[in-house]
Amino acid sequence: MYFKLAWRNIWRNPRRTAVILLAVVIGVWNMIFAGALMRGVEVGMIKNSIATLTGNIQIHRKGYRHDPVVENSITDPKEVEAAFEKILPPNAIWTSRVRVNAVASNARHSSGITLVGIHPAREAGVSFIGQAINQGRYLVPDDTYGIVIGRALLDRFETKIGHKLVLMSPTPDRDIASRAFRIVGTFRAEMQSTEKRFAFVTMPAAQQMLQLKNSVSEFSIVLPNSLDNSRLASALQSVLPSNYYEISTWRDLLPMLDAYLKLSDGFIYIWFVVIFIAMGFGIVNTTLMAVFERMREFGLLKALGMKPFWIIREVLTEAFLILLLGMAVGNILGFVSVLALSERGIDLSALAAGTEFAGMSRMLYPVIYAKDAITANLVVFVLGLLVCLYPAIKAARFTPVEALTQT
Amino acid sequence: MFIDVKMAWRNIWRNPRRTILTISAIAFASLLLVFMLSFQFGSYHTMINASVKINTGHIQVQAQDYQDKQSMHLVVNNPKAIGNILYKMQGVAAYTFRAKAFALVSSKERTYGVVVIGIDPATEAEVSTLKSLIRRGSYLPQDYQNQASPPALIGNLLARNLHVGPGDELTVLGQGRDGSIAATVVRIAGVYSSGMDEFDRSSIQIPLKHFQDVFAMRGAVHEVVAIGKSLKHVAKIKNETAAEINRRNLKHPLVVMDWEELMPGLRQAIEMDLVSGIIFYLILILVVAFSILNTFLMAIFERTKEFGVLMAMGTTPGRLTKLLLIESVSMTAVGIVIGIIIGCLVTWYFQIHGIDIAGSSEILKQYGISGRIHPQLSLISAISGPAVVLLITFLAALYPALKVRRLRPVEALGHM
Repeated sequence: MYFKLAWRNIWRNPRRTAVILLAVVIGVWNMIFAGALMRGVEVGMIKNSIATLTGNIQIHRKGYRHDPVVENSITDPKEVEAAFEKILPPNAIWTSRVRVNAVASNARHSSGITLVGIHPAREAGVSFIGQAINQGRYLVPDDTYGIVIGRALLDRFETKIGHKLVLMSPTPDRDIASRAFRIVGTFRAEMQSTEKRFAFVTMPAAQQMLQLKNSVSEFSIVLPNSLDNSRLASALQSVLPSNYYEISTWRDLLPMLDAYLKLSDGFIYIWFVVIFIAMGFGIVNTTLMAVFERMREFGLLKALGMKPFWIIREVLTEAFLILLLGMAVGNILGFVSVLALSERGIDLSALAAGTEFAGMSRMLYPVIYAKDAITANLVVFVLGLLVCLYPAIKAARFTPVEALTQT
Repeated sequence: MFIDVKMAWRNIWRNPRRTILTISAIAFASLLLVFMLSFQFGSYHTMINASVKINTGHIQVQAQDYQDKQSMHLVVNNPKAIGNILYKMQGVAAYTFRAKAFALVSSKERTYGVVVIGIDPATEAEVSTLKSLIRRGSYLPQDYQNQASPPALIGNLLARNLHVGPGDELTVLGQGRDGSIAATVVRIAGVYSSGMDEFDRSSIQIPLKHFQDVFAMRGAVHEVVAIGKSLKHVAKIKNETAAEINRRNLKHPLVVMDWEELMPGLRQAIEMDLVSGIIFYLILILVVAFSILNTFLMAIFERTKEFGVLMAMGTTPGRLTKLLLIESVSMTAVGIVIGIIIGCLVTWYFQIHGIDIAGSSEILKQYGISGRIHPQLSLISAISGPAVVLLITFLAALYPALKVRRLRPVEALGHM
């Protein structure tokens, strides 16, 4: 009965309802859309960082993270592999690497880089390098002298595929090991700094050069489509002795990114409230005017014996219906526009240096998080009803005599 | 005209509640825009100044291609001559010379490949903030001839990786400009921390004189770094220096680069931030405009009978439109003025006291912002946002104002 009455009331003046609906729709659409853009930036950053040799979870020997040298390698990788057999979910993929700082030089240039020894096939599934080769070829398992470097490093060294590159790095005995590699391919990465920093050789080549026997520097695990790794991390923790191994999730490995994500969470919700305030003025104003227009009607209702509380309920029910309708349309618009953009993504390559500086990826794919959509709708709904309380109370306060004399 | 304005003004206040709500919406939007724009400009200013002062300076004179290739063979042969040009120029606050080479740096236990930078201790302190960033030990002394080995500065992250601190020795091994082996032993005088990880991890500083001896530079340097009295002077310094250098017709061409060219990422990041900010503000203004359009449409529906009377008495539709537009503009104007005044006061308060961005300091440090952000109130930040609000609300009011022209007096009079 109330709903029916309210529903008919809001369509007594369709133009007014349409205008207020439009304000709600634009507000909700904007909250969903802007939220999706910001989340898109975040997801791009996370994916990019995980693919850049981070993974969801990494395992190091204790001390390696603060002092990344060959002495701090894991000497018995079999132990970790056995633990993986037992614990990892079937969709998880993992690899091990040797990773040390090294100096690369040719006849004319030298520069500090990170030397990464990889299992070519396994690595391709885990990190970006599998799809990043843009010239030459990727490593094969028996490449004892092949090396893959970033395009930017190749340019900086003024060299070509097929030419030699000498790498130098300290061994566990504190000698300097050096070995000449031949460049077999180059890779492209989202960030130029990645291209300048990493050089890939095969695992046996790295172990031989650095006199490492079977030791590795790290294990990296990737869980497709999942960003929450705390459960797996603690499971690994319980199996691997904690006085020797250190298990870190990407949140531990990338504290900056983690801090950024928290900041941006806060920003999204502040933005929701700001938009609501802008929209709220319109909602209050229109509802207020609608109430004043109907002063006579409310007076009459009261004269007929309607209690003030019922009038409040009536006005709020009308607001409720309008909000509900506006939210429905706003959500649909939001989802449709995000869907349309997320197919192709937004290309930011024109600002490549800027995206790199900010640590963003070049392609932006908007994503809607359920919690954002829910928060946005809750903000509109709860605050919307709250601000409509003011006109509702106004309406309930009209005295019959005063109201009936109004024309 | 005067009577129209008077009528409009009285019409606005016929329903004070509605008007106040509408004005509040406009004031809120204007206030927010003034503050946010000032905040953005303030943080850009901080970012630029911090990055410039830690590292690049406002402008640099380098050999052509040095910026891309960082090859130690691309040098400025006669830095004194460039120094003289800068010395005479107005607007230059200070300048210094730097030379850079890649080298292996070893402590007793560790070896890392880093960039060794030769700096002139006295002038470097005027150009960059390096001296004030020393956390342990001391800055490079002016005179080190009587010490066993020359002094060096090192970033805190590199110091941690090398397991060294003030007083420890480092062996530097690299290649000189002529291809000879460059080797030296230096003693760490101080450890600095800029907060920018990349910088703190990858370089050591030694006295320029010593650098030139070890790396066989024959008096040459790689960068002449200058800092202007303020950002505004940069363009002028750049042009004049470039003109002066061109006049000399050097055999090895030199280029003058400003901070935007030296740090293209910083400029683009600022642009990106500004553009995304503007998109968000436009959406906000759009939402506000709808609430104003709303009020206007309602006001006009309510007053249909009144317009009918006015028309019946001979008021032209044009005058009605004008009347309504004056109402809209004056209402917006009041809102904007209130918004600007409050916005400026709020911004001004924070400009003096700064805003503490708690919890995010780790991030901001990477962009060179440490501590507080001071918004920067300027004519642009105070006016441009509200001006757009005025424009868009005017457009929003146009529709209802033009709609009245189609009213027929007879029908309108019959309207309840």
